[in-house]
Amino acid sequence: MAYSDKVVDHYENPRNVGTLDKNADDVGTGLVGAPACGDVMKLQLKISDDGIIEDAKFKTFGCGSAIASSSLVTEMVKGKSIAYAETISNSTIAEELNLPPVKIHCSVLAEDAIKAAIADYQKKRAAKLANAEATAAAAKA
Amino acid sequence: MKLPIYLDNHATTRCDPAVVEAMLPYLTEVFGNAGSRNHAFGWAAQAGVDQAREQLADLIGADPKEIVYTSGATESDNLAVIGVARFYKDKGRHLITTNIEHKAVLDACHALEKEGFEVTYLPVDKEGIVTAAQVADAIRPDTILVSVMHSNNEIGVVQDIAAIGAVCREKGVIFHSDAVQSLGKIPFDVTKLNVDLVSISAHKMYGPKGIGALYVRRGRPRIRIEPLIFGGGQERGIRSGTHAVHQIVGLGKAAELAKAAFTNGEVDRVRGLRDRLWTKLQTIDEVYINGPDPSDRVRRLPNNLNVSLAYCEGEAMMMAIKDLAVSSGSACTSASLEPSYVLRALGVEVELAHTSIRFGIGRFNTIEEIDYAADLVAAKVGWLREMSPLYELVKEGVDLKSISWTAH
Repeated sequence: MAYSDKVVDHYENPRNVGTLDKNADDVGTGLVGAPACGDVMKLQLKISDDGIIEDAKFKTFGCGSAIASSSLVTEMVKGKSIAYAETISNSTIAEELNLPPVKIHCSVLAEDAIKAAIADYQKKRAAKLANAEATAAAAKA
Repeated sequence: MKLPIYLDNHATTRCDPAVVEAMLPYLTEVFGNAGSRNHAFGWAAQAGVDQAREQLADLIGADPKEIVYTSGATESDNLAVIGVARFYKDKGRHLITTNIEHKAVLDACHALEKEGFEVTYLPVDKEGIVTAAQVADAIRPDTILVSVMHSNNEIGVVQDIAAIGAVCREKGVIFHSDAVQSLGKIPFDVTKLNVDLVSISAHKMYGPKGIGALYVRRGRPRIRIEPLIFGGGQERGIRSGTHAVHQIVGLGKAAELAKAAFTNGEVDRVRGLRDRLWTKLQTIDEVYINGPDPSDRVRRLPNNLNVSLAYCEGEAMMMAIKDLAVSSGSACTSASLEPSYVLRALGVEVELAHTSIRFGIGRFNTIEEIDYAADLVAAKVGWLREMSPLYELVKEGVDLKSISWTAH
């Protein structure tokens, strides 16, 4: 596959490869794709209380463009708000990397990974808030 | 050592310098049409065509009259399958093949199905083997052709063609075999192997692209085929078209060198390189062989290695080892986004099929290249696994099958 220089760059020098503590309250983890389809992305976002993405890490099993898409996404969201991250669409990723048509699904997967990571964070946060309220109510009584 | 290193000799091979040398005069002084019967230019060209026919026949134990030149193995496979089916259609309309054949056979069968023929696609076992007993069971009174490749281009599995051929002979069914990957690698003799039709390609055995041949048995039984290409009546009317004399001469020379490979040490040397590569790759954690064990000298080609490097997707691996020219059965390397049908036919799990890499060792590879390749693959497996969420999960003790993945 003849890839753009940008894909090759992100593939050869992937940004933000790694793992954050998936049990931490301020970390949202998105695991999308399937081994049988040949690509799986894990995206983790560390998010502050005011909704800013302080850190982003990924690990990806997949072709060059899947790795490049996830690497690019970590760069795009770092230091940005959740609200902004949610607006990143697959077409933005595909255009940025100049992905060939047959590889568009890689950018779709990267978009899904962002959404899954944010959803995981919000679920944790909701649980945490509910927990805190319950504790406060118990203290009052 | 020059980079990148070519290790994709099942896809094509470099022309041997001796082949090129043999061909050159036929592009310059000896330019005649082999069909020009009445002048010296034609006679000289015809002499080249005749000599090549002898060289090729000699390689497979055939009579020169049984060789039909074609444009390559795709045409040979098409001509064998479709040509036999159309000629013998009044005798029967059933064909038998396997589900790991080359697309040139499979798609020819699909085309015949549209013409009203019926095709049985035999499954293979986990090493890629189809047995003579399977073939015997599948033969019906209306079966006219069995087509089973001698050796497979992806996994290097070698079938027991002699046994399958014996079954066909006994039941009076014509037997075709694609021997493209075998010639010059494992002995191939049309009499010992009981074959009636054999597909041959020049560029898989250090000859030029664009030329091949079909062996068509002439005696006991005499095989008849309906031509696919019509015109000047060359090749006894089976395959019209002006002879590509320089290509044919190249094919002949390549066949001569392929025969010599069994006596000049080439076959053993290449096998040694393949074994060395496999020994080194086995030091990597979770590497799986696809096809028969490389130590099996009967059932696996000496120049082929096909491995799955678990948790490392094939296309990403090929990008990581771009100093090596190899190929992969990963979906991401195919236009269809489906992993290799050959690996799937063996029952290789899709997950592992996506991580397969095929090495095809050849005449021009060296020990240094093999060592470099092995070290590079080992290093990049480590690099990709560091990046692989699957490897991380497995190391954490998670069973990947316990996760409900979302297919996309």
